[in-house]
Amino acid sequence: MTEQPLLVLKGVHTHIGRYHILQGVDLEVYAQRVSVLLGRNGAGKTTTLRTILGLWHASAGEISFDQHRLNTLDPPAIARLGIAYVPENMGIFSGLSVRENLLLGTGPKGFRNSRLEEVLASFPLLREKWNLPAGTLSGGQKQILAIARAMMLPRRLFVVDEPTKGLAPAMVDVLLDAFLRLKEGGATILLVEQNFAMAATLGDDAAVMEDGRIVHVSSMAALAQDEALQTRLLGLSLASHQ
Amino acid sequence: MHSFSPPSRRSFGLRLLSGDTPGHPVASFLMAVLVFVLAFAPLLFAGTRAVATAARVAIFVVLAASYDLLLGYTGIVSFAHTLFFGLGAYGVAIALAGSGPSWSALFVGSAAGIGFAALLGIGIALLSLRVRAIFFSMITLAVASVGQVLASQLHDITGGEDGLTFSVPPLLSPSFHPFTEPVLGVRIDGRLNTYYLIFVVSLVLFLLLLRLVNSPFGRVLRAIRENEFRAEALGYRVVVYRSLASAIAAAMAAIAGTLMALLLRYNGPATTLSFSIMIDILLMVVIGGMGTLYGPAIGAALMVLAQYYLEPALQFLAELTAPFPLLSAVFQPDRWLLWLGFLFMLVVMYFPAGIVGSLRARGLYSQTR
Amino acid sequence: MKPSERTLPVLLVLLIAALGFAAMPFTDWLTLSAAGLAMGMMLFLMVAGLTLIFGLMDVLNFAHGAFITFGAFAAGTVFARFPQLVASDRWEENLLILALAALAAALLSGALGFGFERVAIGRVYGAHLRQILLTTGALIVAEQLAIVIWGPDAIPVLKPAGLRGSFLIAGAAIEKYRVVAALFGLFVFLLLQGILAHTRIGIIVRAGVENREMVEALGYRIRPLFAGVFVAGAALAGVGGAMWATYAATVTASLGSDLTVLIFIVVIIGGLGSVGGSFLGALLVGLVTNYVGFLAPKLALLSNILLMAAILLWRPRGLLAAGGR
Repeated sequence: MTEQPLLVLKGVHTHIGRYHILQGVDLEVYAQRVSVLLGRNGAGKTTTLRTILGLWHASAGEISFDQHRLNTLDPPAIARLGIAYVPENMGIFSGLSVRENLLLGTGPKGFRNSRLEEVLASFPLLREKWNLPAGTLSGGQKQILAIARAMMLPRRLFVVDEPTKGLAPAMVDVLLDAFLRLKEGGATILLVEQNFAMAATLGDDAAVMEDGRIVHVSSMAALAQDEALQTRLLGLSLASHQ
Repeated sequence: MHSFSPPSRRSFGLRLLSGDTPGHPVASFLMAVLVFVLAFAPLLFAGTRAVATAARVAIFVVLAASYDLLLGYTGIVSFAHTLFFGLGAYGVAIALAGSGPSWSALFVGSAAGIGFAALLGIGIALLSLRVRAIFFSMITLAVASVGQVLASQLHDITGGEDGLTFSVPPLLSPSFHPFTEPVLGVRIDGRLNTYYLIFVVSLVLFLLLLRLVNSPFGRVLRAIRENEFRAEALGYRVVVYRSLASAIAAAMAAIAGTLMALLLRYNGPATTLSFSIMIDILLMVVIGGMGTLYGPAIGAALMVLAQYYLEPALQFLAELTAPFPLLSAVFQPDRWLLWLGFLFMLVVMYFPAGIVGSLRARGLYSQTR
Repeated sequence: MKPSERTLPVLLVLLIAALGFAAMPFTDWLTLSAAGLAMGMMLFLMVAGLTLIFGLMDVLNFAHGAFITFGAFAAGTVFARFPQLVASDRWEENLLILALAALAAALLSGALGFGFERVAIGRVYGAHLRQILLTTGALIVAEQLAIVIWGPDAIPVLKPAGLRGSFLIAGAAIEKYRVVAALFGLFVFLLLQGILAHTRIGIIVRAGVENREMVEALGYRIRPLFAGVFVAGAALAGVGGAMWATYAATVTASLGSDLTVLIFIVVIIGGLGSVGGSFLGALLVGLVTNYVGFLAPKLALLSNILLMAAILLWRPRGLLAAGGR
């Protein structure tokens, strides 16, 4: 790959309280590709995503996005560069209606009809629940709402943390469809995913984290074929996971 | 700061302070002056008012230091500390007013007040574990106002707004004169006895508090303040430690209340329960230095002095600025609380460690250089 | 939140009103209910900002009472400055002076809130201990400053001539001013609810109360929004204080600190962060205070604290606690 990566992390360290979570993370995310971040629980995947978004402060290292240094920006400024974040807990406002949750994903001018129709066509469920409090949705429905909210504006990068966590298989398929469509549309996605099948289907590039560092980088296809490597890095293999 | 000599080798003085010194020459000097003045107040000052002021300082040292055990060492902001102070005072006042000036009534009354305060302290600690810090502070404010309302409404027991006036046992009564002539230039009377009773009890309580915060118990309290979950994970029962600290702080405040009642031979809502006393305690502890015990002691002395000396200083400034009415109004002698309030805010914003804490930090800095 | 969780607290207010109805003669009940509604609405004005500020930034301002005091003095000053409008027998002049007084109160307290947020509050975000201490100190200083400006004695606050006296409805005397106060409070409540429900800012505020971090990750800056809410809340508290003092016909520098316990009770009952909750809490406190004051005057002062304790036993986070906290 000769082109410039869109997002680069160089030697990023993050401390939370007295704990040293990220211990020099190096990561590159290329435009119009799906990069999957893998690793055991506690390896630092979520912390990496939160540090990119500025929700944790990087104590050392460089994070650059296009021409911008993200280290010095606060979360709103980072978001306004066109980075959408779907956290592990989905970040849905349960007291707000589905419509209001989606509205928060738009710019100052509110809904743009073409975009809204497109998203609602992908997720007809949201149209049904339009005026209901988001708190009444099921976990999977909330996840769809969170992703739909992230899609309300054209984004340069989607940062998504474990979207399939705790979801029923049918819901996982719906999500997979949604991500595939997003990918076909040329989106750039940085995805943390424990569901290896989903990761293998979606991912172009893979990076594996361990103890606050990236310990392996390859194409997703290469990782998916090498069961020994999976077992060593992730403690699981594609076969055992299904 | 580890001490490498075993405790038994330490000097008697250091052992008395539980190895915890004020930590800076200036703070040590202030403490020494405070103890000296309080120890010899009846010899140093002629008037009964001055001696009563010294007694008031001693009582407030205990009250502020006991509050520091909560605020500084446990990290909870309660506005209900005056409630304990009042319970002790009302215990004495109700017993002595009800059954005459006997020592047994005094003991029963104080024991009841102190015991009740300790129980209430445990109750408040349990509450503090159930609700978030800010919620807790709001609720203690309401609890404190319940105390005030009860004291002024239960007229038959507490004397209502008028309070209770009572006689103290003869040995402590102003009319007690065993000698017609002064002994070595000092008039021996009930007032003198009362003063030294207050002084000795206050001194002992303060030393006890020092011992407590420097014991393993005190270290656990600080560990809980820093990180409740971690302390719990290390096997310390947060419930037990917090409840005990709160009960001890409450009991000490109640003892301070009994001393106040003995000093005034009167108790009413305004003298021990009012919100302005709570404000005074907060000012003393925060300006003096939270979590140092010496800080609140110095703060208590400064507050009382400020009320005496800030007023003439303000009077001077008010006269100086008389041509500018608004400026002059700011310097009115009655406005001393305005300046202390400002000082309090500045301390919270810029020197959260207070006088003693800041001095200690400077002391450490100069040592490491 | 399920619909039933919202309706039960509303039913509770009606239940209290019904209990009052059963316990006393009808005319007394009508008079006291009107008084309770007016008191509740004034309390609501005072606490609306306090509860939102807490919900948004986890900041509890113990000095909120200072805005009440300064608003009250502002109104008193305006009334004293235009005695001919106050004494006028034309109702439009009466309403004009009332509006002027409310405006002065809002401006003064709002300006105070702006300065306080800038200088002090910003330094103690996230540090609860220092926050409580700093704002308590600010309450002391504000009270003393009020004495410096308006003197240590109570200042009379003369209400406009047309608003003195009572209506006679079904044999019950209902003070005119109470009706005006209740209607105005209700208007502000509906206005606030409308803003929160239908404007973009309102939606962001509600979202911020639930999850501040996610709102920022969506690209919105909470800090300026918070400053705006803080100033608006201070201004509302000022108006509430102005109306309270006009009703009491007097104001002293300790008004704010005297009311602090009461407004905290309202916020706790309602649930920190919830405007609708504090509206219901204010109504409950207003009604209970007036009914108990009539039925058992000795219990009047305690009734609110007992009410708070009972509600916390039922719902430990208040009637309509907002957000996931």
